[in-house]
Amino acid sequence: MRRRGPRRPAEAVPVVLTDRFSPWPRRLAFRTVAYGLLALGTIVYLGPFLVQLATSFKTDAGATANPVSLIPSPVSTAAWEIVAGDNSAYPVPVARWVANSFVVTGCVTLGRLLIDSLAGYALARLRFPGRSAVLATVIAVLAVPNIVLLIPRFLVVNQLGLFNTYAGMVLPLLFDAVGILLMRAAFQAVPPELEEAARIDGAGVLRTFWSVVLPLVKPALVTVTIFSFQGSWNEFTHFLVATSDPDLATLNLGIARLSAGDLAGPTQFPLKLALATLSTIPIAVVYIFFSRYFIRFGATTGLK
Amino acid sequence: MPSTSTGTGTGRHSHRRLARFRRPGAGAGLLFVAPAVLSLLLFLIGPILMAAWVSLLDWNAQSNPFTGDYEFVGTENYQELLTTPGLLRTDFMMSLRNTVYFVLCSVTGTTVLSFVLALAVNSRVLRGRSFFRLVFYFPAITSSVAIAMIFLFLFANSGVVNGVLSWFGIEGPRWFNDPGGVLHLVLGWFGVDQPPGALADHDLGGLSLWQWAAGPSVAMSALILLSIWTSSGVFMLFFLVGLQDIPVELEEATAIDGANSWQRFRFLTLPLMRRMVVLVITLALISSWQVFDQIFLISQGSPVKTTLTPAYVSYVRSFRDGEFGVGAAVAFVLATIVIVLTLAQRWLGRERA
Repeated sequence: MRRRGPRRPAEAVPVVLTDRFSPWPRRLAFRTVAYGLLALGTIVYLGPFLVQLATSFKTDAGATANPVSLIPSPVSTAAWEIVAGDNSAYPVPVARWVANSFVVTGCVTLGRLLIDSLAGYALARLRFPGRSAVLATVIAVLAVPNIVLLIPRFLVVNQLGLFNTYAGMVLPLLFDAVGILLMRAAFQAVPPELEEAARIDGAGVLRTFWSVVLPLVKPALVTVTIFSFQGSWNEFTHFLVATSDPDLATLNLGIARLSAGDLAGPTQFPLKLALATLSTIPIAVVYIFFSRYFIRFGATTGLK
Repeated sequence: MPSTSTGTGTGRHSHRRLARFRRPGAGAGLLFVAPAVLSLLLFLIGPILMAAWVSLLDWNAQSNPFTGDYEFVGTENYQELLTTPGLLRTDFMMSLRNTVYFVLCSVTGTTVLSFVLALAVNSRVLRGRSFFRLVFYFPAITSSVAIAMIFLFLFANSGVVNGVLSWFGIEGPRWFNDPGGVLHLVLGWFGVDQPPGALADHDLGGLSLWQWAAGPSVAMSALILLSIWTSSGVFMLFFLVGLQDIPVELEEATAIDGANSWQRFRFLTLPLMRRMVVLVITLALISSWQVFDQIFLISQGSPVKTTLTPAYVSYVRSFRDGEFGVGAAVAFVLATIVIVLTLAQRWLGRERA
């Protein structure tokens, strides 16, 4: 490996790799085309979300007559009134769905944080029989195609009598191979001297883990938290097979059932899109605040 | 820090304290890893073994599959899928055909598009790169349900896509209602409306070769676009990691030696990115073979079964028809396809690298 000098600051790009000395017509042409394409890309990637938001304020007729327009005319809040539960003629238990979503998402996230950090620490630092077998299994199950678990998980949930319970929704989602490996890598990066010092001071394993090591891997904990939140908020298929009780529906499952049932077919797009907007908002908020975690770890954990 | 053993000075106590200075014992390790192992066994490995058993049964989930009322049918479920002529085999072959086209188009589209996006947001002369990165990644983290609602509207008969097409005087198709195969449609433009005799007469798994050669239906094409749109952001990040690993010095040296930007891309960037391309194709292949959410939410296999996929067949057979043995068998055949293709693809990628 050739030795590399100290890392350059991001902006210090070698001048030959910039277009600073290319003739100005060429530079102008290149930039116009490049920014044009980026603008087109932005329309394609962001546009559908703007359409989603705009359409949720349209009337049913307005959505069909003027689908592309981003300015609703006439403006109608009918869809959002249904979402807020203000329309007694068309009750949709959105509040219940949202509450279920938060309960399930919260439990899965907390559970994963606990399981992932404990297992990650054990696999990084503690010696015990079967350690390499556990590690190999965790890596191997990454290769199990997710959809193959659809029916099997239902079978076990059903067998254990957990069908139509919160436990049946949460427990099968707790195992998270990517999170365990992420936590393990984070613990491995902590200098072992710290733990030895803590141990010499008389701290037990649990104490060392909790008060000394865990605070040092906060970035990894944040990563596991946001990806668990995102993953379980967006989860759909597992809840679809693990529940049939409408009272247990999460927001996404509720929307899906409504869209396949009462709202089937090309009708009531404003309501469908208002619900979709509602389901997108928590993810968008987390994304805006933690975008650098998403971008940095998206390549390792972004896949289902 | 509260200390549990205050130094009394007796031999036993100091021995105990000494033991604590050593590395923690096996007990702690097993205790720490227990929740993970338990959830792994109970909800991952256990279910797979149970499904393997169920795939050998004729069982409708109304009884206990170990003690209750079921009929052991051996490999009959698998035979019905693959060899015995009948509705199930036709459906399954149909779903394989649809998914092959879905995978081919969406993997190609996703790989090319995400590479282009990564090059764009990695460009040194453009500003606002991190903004564009955020924009392109956002669809990848949005829920499949929300995206399905959006695409139902975008591709509705009087939806956004057809609205935009009408600006250019094009009358868009009735996307999710149009079962016409794209290849058949293109052949139709050249006057080939009827299948050539050879293609109509031979069949493979209950479908004529002409049916196999239909291409993705118009409805499936819309789902392909959805898949490309949502997953390109993820793979953009993969390519971005690869691009940022290319040493600046190397590019600088090539530029000083007189290579223009196209030559730098063709002879430096592309060869160095080969392994990343192989990885992205593998991952895209794995996830697109399993397509389920979009099918369930948008098309339910219609029109005329042209958006049926193995995962959806597995779900419908199990939960709608109560044939869990068949559903589990479909899942295992699908898993086998995915694993075999992944291995084959890794082997091909290694050969050339």
